[in-house]
Amino acid sequence: MIEFKNLHKRFGKLTVLDGLDLSIKEGGIFAILGPNGSGKTTLIKCLLGMVIPNTGVISFKNENVLGKFEYRNNLNYLPQIANFPPNLRVIELINMVKNLRPKKSKEQELIELFGLGHFLNKKLGNLSGGTKQKVNIVLTFMFDSELIILDEPTTGLDPIALIHLKDLIQKEKEKGKTILITTHIMSVVDELADEIVFLLDGKIYFKGSIDALKKQTENDNLEHAIANLISKQYA
Amino acid sequence: MLKILKYSFYDLMRSRWSYVYFLFYLLLGFVLLFLNNDVSKAVITLMNIIIVLTPLIGTIFGVMYYYNSTEFTELLLAQPINRNKIFMGQYIGISLSLTLSLVLGLGIPFMAYGLFKSSIIFDFSLLLVVGSFLNFIFVALAYNIALSTENKIKGFGYAILMWLFLAVIYDGIFLISLVFFNEYPLDKFSLIATMLNPIDLSRILILLKLDISALLGYTGAVFRKFFGTNIGMLFSMFVLVFWVILPILRMNFKLKKKDF
Amino acid sequence: MMKYKILLFFFFTTFTISAKQIEVCETCTVKSIKEAIKIAETGDEIVVKKGIYKENNIIINKSISLIGEKGAVVDGEDTGGIIIFEADNFTIRGLKIINVGMSYTIDYAAIKVIKAKNFIIEDCILENVFFGLLIEKSKNGIIRNNRISGNRKSEASSGNGIHIWDGSEMEVYNNQLTGLRDGIYFEFVKQSVVFENNSHNNIRYGLHFMFSNNNIYHHNEFKNNGAGVAVMFSKFITMHHNTFKLNWGSASYGLLLKEIYDAEIYNNLFEENTIGINGEGCTRINYKNNTFLRNGWAIKIAGACYANIFEKNDFMHNSLDLSYNTKKNDNSFNNNYWSEYTGYDLDKNGIGDIPYRPVKLFSYIVNKTPEALVLLRSLFVDIINFSEKVSPVFTPDDLTDENPIMKKIND
Repeated sequence: MIEFKNLHKRFGKLTVLDGLDLSIKEGGIFAILGPNGSGKTTLIKCLLGMVIPNTGVISFKNENVLGKFEYRNNLNYLPQIANFPPNLRVIELINMVKNLRPKKSKEQELIELFGLGHFLNKKLGNLSGGTKQKVNIVLTFMFDSELIILDEPTTGLDPIALIHLKDLIQKEKEKGKTILITTHIMSVVDELADEIVFLLDGKIYFKGSIDALKKQTENDNLEHAIANLISKQYA
Repeated sequence: MLKILKYSFYDLMRSRWSYVYFLFYLLLGFVLLFLNNDVSKAVITLMNIIIVLTPLIGTIFGVMYYYNSTEFTELLLAQPINRNKIFMGQYIGISLSLTLSLVLGLGIPFMAYGLFKSSIIFDFSLLLVVGSFLNFIFVALAYNIALSTENKIKGFGYAILMWLFLAVIYDGIFLISLVFFNEYPLDKFSLIATMLNPIDLSRILILLKLDISALLGYTGAVFRKFFGTNIGMLFSMFVLVFWVILPILRMNFKLKKKDF
Repeated sequence: MMKYKILLFFFFTTFTISAKQIEVCETCTVKSIKEAIKIAETGDEIVVKKGIYKENNIIINKSISLIGEKGAVVDGEDTGGIIIFEADNFTIRGLKIINVGMSYTIDYAAIKVIKAKNFIIEDCILENVFFGLLIEKSKNGIIRNNRISGNRKSEASSGNGIHIWDGSEMEVYNNQLTGLRDGIYFEFVKQSVVFENNSHNNIRYGLHFMFSNNNIYHHNEFKNNGAGVAVMFSKFITMHHNTFKLNWGSASYGLLLKEIYDAEIYNNLFEENTIGINGEGCTRINYKNNTFLRNGWAIKIAGACYANIFEKNDFMHNSLDLSYNTKKNDNSFNNNYWSEYTGYDLDKNGIGDIPYRPVKLFSYIVNKTPEALVLLRSLFVDIINFSEKVSPVFTPDDLTDENPIMKKIND
């Protein structure tokens, strides 16, 4: 479904993506892991068209995405930090995003799920970090798209909201969606991910199932297995 | 684009600063007209303020809005919208809301004063047109600076420096070079130097109305042609439009390669 | 003495008895003005009926009246001068005289008057003239209600509307002058008054005095001329209640004063001129109750001006109030209203508590570098003006109005 070919990206002197090749098939949950600064967010942003690679090709459903924007109608993105125009009300923001994407949406059930009913007429500037993240999640999941990209989705969420989120992700997966997650919370990965993509030095260092990873690193615990991978960078 | 424009505009229209800005002009207009009772003087004072203040406010609002809405911009960037349109929408939204503050803030007191019956209305509307142009130009320049500078503090610094340069330092250098190269024919040079600074350009446009008697004291043929006919007014307006388009073009060019 | 009186008596009796009217028209016995002059005698009245008379160089050396009826036009066909009076006690009225010839060597005029006393020129319309009225070595003339216009393009190819050379006790009033070199030109003219004239769109000056002393002009309007009025090398001129307006250009003034002494200038309005008053070598001149409105420079003092007094004038919205090219000042400014004054009046006596300094550093710079004017009203210029105001370095430090009035003085 998604193909990255020979992707290079430099920020000044710093090389972030260094000839990365990756292909992700349709359906399932993919966890993109890697140490800080390994290029996870850059990779996602390249796919979203926010970061423009120096060289390389990215295709989504067999179509080149570079310089295009229409394809984004078929993907939902949850950004890492949820910060919205402080003067807008929650409901206005939701309506606005709906307005920008002429597509069927199901915000109502999500609002109920996360208990945002009381907050709809509050200004975004007055919301707590966690509440903002809930709004963020509503905005992401209210559309029916084939690809869902979640960048640190668990930040600031209370346990109940976290459970709801996980349920939500599982449900989307069951519908046959493709879901990309970056996170540092290994329990989330353990619980949800079908496959792990591990980035190191701007390349794919490992790609495969959790079991394959455990086997390769000869480690039963995922957290340690990952740590094992990361430590190679420091070696 | 219109949707983004609409939301940016509403967002700004609801911000406290738009009101402060609006109230400032409202107060200024009333004070100048009703305490002074001298419309000519009011227009001259207004010109001094508009020439300096609208660029400053435009710059600050532009940079501030850009940096304060980076996360929101990211959210928009993930939507199926052309990124040029996102920024153009924001840009026009800011410029429009600032222009609205200016035009309403000054327009209301002038209307209350019954200005529409007097001949000074032309000078006054020229002031508003020039002020609006300055808004559009300086918000665009501010966006250019912000787009090229990741660091918020640095971006702010550069923007203020740009304003300071165009509002004060440029004229200082200009004047010193005029005095220094006194013996050479300077009329073309000074016209070109004026065109290269939007603040000077706006000032000249207003001078063409307020101080035409003095400007016609020049001996140079180029000057006489420029100031003595409508060419000066038309040409200045044309260059002013160019001053809006140029930063917008650069903005769009910069956006093609910009990473967020 | 007795003999003289008797002579005068005879003169009058013959005058009243024999005065006759000669009519000139196409169907009359007298068909041209020249013919009429030939048969006319002292005291006769020649009435020119409606029609176009293509005549020029009509020399009149008799004391007669030449009256034009409505529609009477003398067309000189651009060949030379048209009517020449060489007599005393004459009147010319109501004639329309057009198309005077142009020459670079001879001053052709619609009406030329040489060595005349006691004459009246009134209600005439002079169009497409080189010179309109050219009056030489004459006295005691009344010139009123005439309309004189030319359509010349350059200074060299144009003449003056009312040109008086060597005259005295002239009254010039209610004339309209346009499209000429100078509207009215006085050279060696004394004891004369010029009032209620309207002189506009002339190439050089609306009114011009050269070597002419003891004259008064008032209630005139000078608009859109090269310069409104030029007073040069003259003494004891009184100028009041005149309007100087819209005289625009690189050498354009409302009023140009050059080498003049002991003049009174009061209650005039200077509006939107490039320079309101330009003074060079002016001594003992009183400027009172004048209004300077929206001029480029209200007053430009170019040097050698001594003992001038500026009092109770209104300086309003001029680009620059005062320009001085010297650091010395021998003129006094007191009790004027300055719209740019930013001081305060705490004791509420109508007089500002801090002095006003009308010469700005910027006006000094513009004097040296005229192109710097494009920086007028720039923030930088305001800043340097302010610093110069605080401690004058380039401008005369004693040039202040110690008692600036807080409110507009004149209506």
